[in-house]
Amino acid sequence: MIPSRFEYVAAGSAAEAVDLLRRHGDDAKLLAGGHSLLPMMKVRLAAPSVLVDIGAIPALSYVRVEDGQLAIGAATTHQAVSTSPVVRAQAPLLAWSAGLVGDPQVRHRGTIGGSLAHADPAADLPMTLSAVDGRVVVLGPSGQREIGADEFFLGYFETALAPDEIIVEVRMPVRPDQPWGYQKFTRRANDWAIVGVATVGGRVALANMGPAPVRARSTEQAVAGGATATEAARLAAEESDPAEDMHADAPYRRHLARVLTKRALIAAGVPA
Amino acid sequence: MSILGTRVLRTEDPKFLTTGGEYTEDLVDDRLAGAAHVFFVRSPVAHARITGIDLDAARAAPGVVTVFTAADLTDVDPISPLPGYTAGMTATLLASDTVRYVGEPVAMVVVEDPYQGEDVLELVGVDYDPLPAVVDPREAARDETLIFPAAGTNTVISYGEELDEHLFDDCEVVVTRTIRNQRVAPAPMEGRAAAAVWGEDGRLTAWIPNQGAQGSRATLAKMLGLERDRVRVITPDVGGAFGAKFGADPEHALVAWVARAIGRPARWSETRYENLLGMTHGRAQVQTVTIGGRRDGRVLAYRLEVLQDAGAYPRMGAFLPSLTRLMTPGTYDVAKVESVARSVVTNTTPIGAYRGAGRPEATAAVERAMDLFAAEIGMDPAEVRRRNLLAPFAEPHRNGFGALYDTGDFPSALEKALEAAGYDELRKEQAERRARGDVVQLGIGIASYVEITGGGGESGPPNENATIEVHPDGSATILTGASPHGQGHQTAFAMLASEELGIPVEKITLKWGDTDLVPRGGGTGGSRSLQQGGAAVRQASQELLDVARERAADALEADAADLRFDVSRSAFTVAGVAQAAVSLASLASTERLFVHTVFTAPGATFPFGAHVAGAAVDTETGQAVLRRLVAVDDAGTVLNPLLAEGQRHGGIAQGAAQALLEEVVYDADGNPLTASFADYPILSPTEVPSFELVDMATPTTYNPLGVKGIGEAGSIGATPAVQNAVIDAVAHLGVRHIDMPTSPRTVWRAISEEGNRG
Amino acid sequence: MRVEITVNGSGRSDDVEPRLLLVHYLREVCGLRAANVGCDTTSCGACTVLLDGVSVKSCTVLAVQANGRSVTTAEGLSGVDGQLHPVQQAFRQEHGLQCGFCTPGMVMATVGLLAENPDPTEQEVREGLEGNLCRCTGYHNIVRAVLSAAGRLPAAGESSGSSAPGALAAPGALSAPGELSAAGER
Repeated sequence: MIPSRFEYVAAGSAAEAVDLLRRHGDDAKLLAGGHSLLPMMKVRLAAPSVLVDIGAIPALSYVRVEDGQLAIGAATTHQAVSTSPVVRAQAPLLAWSAGLVGDPQVRHRGTIGGSLAHADPAADLPMTLSAVDGRVVVLGPSGQREIGADEFFLGYFETALAPDEIIVEVRMPVRPDQPWGYQKFTRRANDWAIVGVATVGGRVALANMGPAPVRARSTEQAVAGGATATEAARLAAEESDPAEDMHADAPYRRHLARVLTKRALIAAGVPA
Repeated sequence: MSILGTRVLRTEDPKFLTTGGEYTEDLVDDRLAGAAHVFFVRSPVAHARITGIDLDAARAAPGVVTVFTAADLTDVDPISPLPGYTAGMTATLLASDTVRYVGEPVAMVVVEDPYQGEDVLELVGVDYDPLPAVVDPREAARDETLIFPAAGTNTVISYGEELDEHLFDDCEVVVTRTIRNQRVAPAPMEGRAAAAVWGEDGRLTAWIPNQGAQGSRATLAKMLGLERDRVRVITPDVGGAFGAKFGADPEHALVAWVARAIGRPARWSETRYENLLGMTHGRAQVQTVTIGGRRDGRVLAYRLEVLQDAGAYPRMGAFLPSLTRLMTPGTYDVAKVESVARSVVTNTTPIGAYRGAGRPEATAAVERAMDLFAAEIGMDPAEVRRRNLLAPFAEPHRNGFGALYDTGDFPSALEKALEAAGYDELRKEQAERRARGDVVQLGIGIASYVEITGGGGESGPPNENATIEVHPDGSATILTGASPHGQGHQTAFAMLASEELGIPVEKITLKWGDTDLVPRGGGTGGSRSLQQGGAAVRQASQELLDVARERAADALEADAADLRFDVSRSAFTVAGVAQAAVSLASLASTERLFVHTVFTAPGATFPFGAHVAGAAVDTETGQAVLRRLVAVDDAGTVLNPLLAEGQRHGGIAQGAAQALLEEVVYDADGNPLTASFADYPILSPTEVPSFELVDMATPTTYNPLGVKGIGEAGSIGATPAVQNAVIDAVAHLGVRHIDMPTSPRTVWRAISEEGNRG
Repeated sequence: MRVEITVNGSGRSDDVEPRLLLVHYLREVCGLRAANVGCDTTSCGACTVLLDGVSVKSCTVLAVQANGRSVTTAEGLSGVDGQLHPVQQAFRQEHGLQCGFCTPGMVMATVGLLAENPDPTEQEVREGLEGNLCRCTGYHNIVRAVLSAAGRLPAAGESSGSSAPGALAAPGALSAPGELSAAGER
């Protein structure tokens, strides 16, 4: 219940945070909202010796539209993302998804950058980033780079971030008029998804069907080829490698993926 | 105007809402100044021999006061088993050579600051030599791997006689099924805790959250090898219990032992992980039900066979099947009924009492059996029940298993519930959905129940004591042997005294839970408090008036027979003489005015009811959602509807939770998979609807209040009603049974298997 | 580390270790023990307080993260004379508490919820409190308390917005709480 001891330093800027991470190496972790990291530290699944706090950097919390892209500061909370009139208008799937993370208290603290960096394949935002064809903007000692969703998530809690890189921004194309669908299958309302599906603009991404968000490419191709939602959804699990746990074995997960994909596609305007 | 039967707001609430309750972890007390903090090393394996414990690093760590293992406990004996259990299944306060469940305490570290505790736990090294773990009670029953070699068996105790192989001979239809009443965790929001200090006189004062300080003291004293009068238990506010905070656990005794060993106060407060592993679990029965009868709906015979998982060390849980047996026939009039039970040990957390403690299991079994029978003969489950319920009885009814139902009208309860639910409309909607082949189907589940509350104990027939004192300032204090932990006794008992004595509820204080103040008492559990504790308060109030009357006669220089007690003025007056009056308060000013009494009931009472649940099942995913729960819970006269409704809501929610969601899960090696609130799915507000409560009150004659016990009723009716509803939703697809919890995967599998059968 | 935090309106300055959880700062350093620790996994919400006016689970916030900010606890809700805040009063009126352990957190979460959504439906109340667990009440009266505090409690006999008796929902249109879905732009 109590984390191991650590040193704490509050960074005043993204550049300063990067510098601190570089200096402390593998022993240091970034702290934003803390609602992915602190729960792990409290049960001692994580024990960094240095925490670099970027939660209080105003310059990392924003929502803007620039050149047809929605740009969101990495330290923007889920609450801010889900209630932002700009996000609701320009990327309603993202607003909806952020509004389902955890519970209200969690959403008041957890950030979009934190959630993506945590890379839990069962979580809402990694799947959503994949569905909206989003990218993370990453700052490291040698400068800034962009990483697309499909290249960013490498495995369970594993991303393409180097230990001294931080996400500073999340970007995605604006889609104000595109229909979308979202399915989050849980046991209780505030649980992680047993299986999740997000779809917009011809992309279909699945949560908890493998070690990273899975793009259901066979389904996407079928839809592009004129298949109905029912037909296309039959292929939803083709690219998946679902784990087994208390809630579901692999066959049930695949079945859920097919059912939920069908429903999400119908909601996104694909004929049933 | 009588206050009884009205919705009096709780007088205890302002504190809870502002500064909060004062739970054991909150205690700030001079006697606990300088307390050290105890942390437990717990076994991470289900069954193993301990081959070594390395404490050197722990001992040397900063902030460590000391460390202890079983080897240090030279002055305490093993825990005495309950009578009747197989000998040799010995439990000790700390494991010495063998651990038998994940979470079993193995060693203790004592630190200055609670933040250091987990740091030091990481430094303790224990070597375990694994033994085969037995997790499934059916496997345990085969006695292939003995959990206590010295006992020679894994069977703790058995109940019942030999089965009659001809029981079902005259039945046209016989259905049999093995079903699970799964293991659940009581999981009160406040876990277990303790604070202890020894006085210079060698007497122990211990604060522990409990359901009866007197029982906790007795258990603590026994564990520590002390005479009872050397132990004082004080009960802080308790954050829920649900049956799992009776008596004392080894950890409570160990904290006290530590305090004596280090010569300083000691404190402990468990994490949720420890709570989900270390607090006793509930239910955990494998049941085989066999039901037979005629095609016209008449049930002729019913048999219940119970295999109780007792967990690693036999506690109350091994005894509970005897209560299941007691209530086997439930509300039904069946000519031939048999019931046998057996409790076995497994390498899991010990089983104890949990809301209903053995009786919900009986109801769940017979209600499933009724639905299985109904499905077999193709009859409406409500109609099958109608044809088999006991008729209303004017004299107490013996149920053939030792229970004497005091009053009851089971058919009316069922009809009221069905009507309130709009049963015919629900069936119509169900039919329409089936005809359309909707993805989401509707199921209606019914449960008729009767249960036993307020039974007696080893000390004799059911009884409780109360002391009531009126003070010169017009206020009053009640001492009770009951022990509230959310039920609202302070308000309820004050209402009873107020009704008799004319003192306002706000001026009446209830005290309990300090064995120096209240040396005897039965605690709060088994839904006993109002019918025994409340009856005692009323009786004490009336006896106090008798004492006061004599004093008033002197004071007013009148005959006692000429005096009237005017409740509205809380004063005695002389009939016909307006000014001659003397208040209770003034009668207390020269000499203390108090009475101590014991109320004894003739026996246990039997509340009853019927629940109807409406569940929606998504047939593509298997997801089941409870949409409606209509409850008739008849516990006799209702003293405070606000409090009674709250008890019903809470019980219904827990009952529904068992049907839909909750289960303590172990893997095949005995590793717990549900040791946090992220994995153990206690309900959040979105999993249940608002409930629909229907009123029905058939008084008992067993106490002057006419009240039975309400605390557990909701959980008894709701579980089978909800389970039956989920199954009913997919019955048209050929599904006859789905074990609890009706998780999406389980429901979907049941649908798929039936679909595959074609 | 030194932290400066305003607690229930009063500024404080304290030395804390970085790993001190906000809930323990409030309980042990400030002596405000209404917030309780009920779990290990940020699930139960018994520790809920307001941080700069929004509800947070203080077991998952470090005291150092609250540096320079303001915290409101249940103790800070009631009036100077002990008068109950309307939310506290509503909980009492509707019997929305039994053992009381979850109550301070539940009350603070409610205050936070109503600040963001002053006029919630029953479903919005249940979803708004999904971060707060209660084992005693079954939530029925907690929901009534919140609706009452919002001025939305239906009169006796009326449904508060949940399904009407005898009917489940429009045919085929049921969306179960566990199946959180959204349909495009609808």
